[in-house]
Amino acid sequence: MTINPDLQGRSYPAAEVYDVGREKIREFARAVKATHPAHFDVAAAKALGHLDLVAPPTFAIIVAQRADAQLIEDPESGIDFSRVVHADQRFTHHRPIIAGDRLVAELHVDGVRAMGGGAMITTRSEIFALGNSDSADVREPVATTTSSILVRGEGQ
Amino acid sequence: MSINIAGLTVGQDIGSRSIAVTRTDLVKYAGASGDFNPIHWNEAFATGVGLPGVIAHGMFTMGAAVQLVTDWAGDPAAVVDFQTRFTKPVPVADTTGTPEAGAVIEVSGAIGALDADAGTARVDLTVVSAGQKVLVKAQAVVRLA
Repeated sequence: MTINPDLQGRSYPAAEVYDVGREKIREFARAVKATHPAHFDVAAAKALGHLDLVAPPTFAIIVAQRADAQLIEDPESGIDFSRVVHADQRFTHHRPIIAGDRLVAELHVDGVRAMGGGAMITTRSEIFALGNSDSADVREPVATTTSSILVRGEGQ
Repeated sequence: MSINIAGLTVGQDIGSRSIAVTRTDLVKYAGASGDFNPIHWNEAFATGVGLPGVIAHGMFTMGAAVQLVTDWAGDPAAVVDFQTRFTKPVPVADTTGTPEAGAVIEVSGAIGALDADAGTARVDLTVVSAGQKVLVKAQAVVRLA
């Protein structure tokens, strides 16, 4: 199985909405051993000027990896998930993710580069918050995440 | 608490911490993040694909390491940009049923750059496990009051 070079430049539109819940923020914060009260205590978050609990800095990976799954599970991509190694990751926050946010992610395949028998694939998720209307026209940029994965070839 | 950028200098140490990791932590992270790749919880699967054993999610290490910065900044929302490269896996030994850690991740941070106009400081993290640098170019940009 080889990686389809035509993936470069492909985009996957925003699919399902991700509702950011307080308990998910608390669960994710515990899972990365975060103890800051703004992840757990609404009053502490409000004291810092936030509307509700603040997600940890890497929380957006949940939304980004759901978007990446569209590519990895795309039969045209040729990606074997068991041969995937995470090579790099970046989060740029346009504003913090807060409990109550309704997020969607647009996935862009920015780079596909052959490496040995495998490939390095760079994807970018543009994450937006929807307003109450769910209209795709009313959306606020929240975060941009970029990620490179190395798909190891046979014998790598 | 707020940090005044004028009081910071490049190279200044922001502290360090040691993070003990167990197989249970990896299962919790898998559940919390939705990343159920079996290399992070199944020994036979991990060795079958050529790994030394179960390894931590790179995103677990990245997410745990940034807490040093979050706590220093005083507000998790102050971290406006955070990036890293994953250079070495973190194998986590099976210590289930004992109080021992399966791996230890050592994190330290120092001011890497200051941008007075933007009101931001870049914190460079050094992240080591079992004597190996596991994250490289781990940089968090913090917006200061």
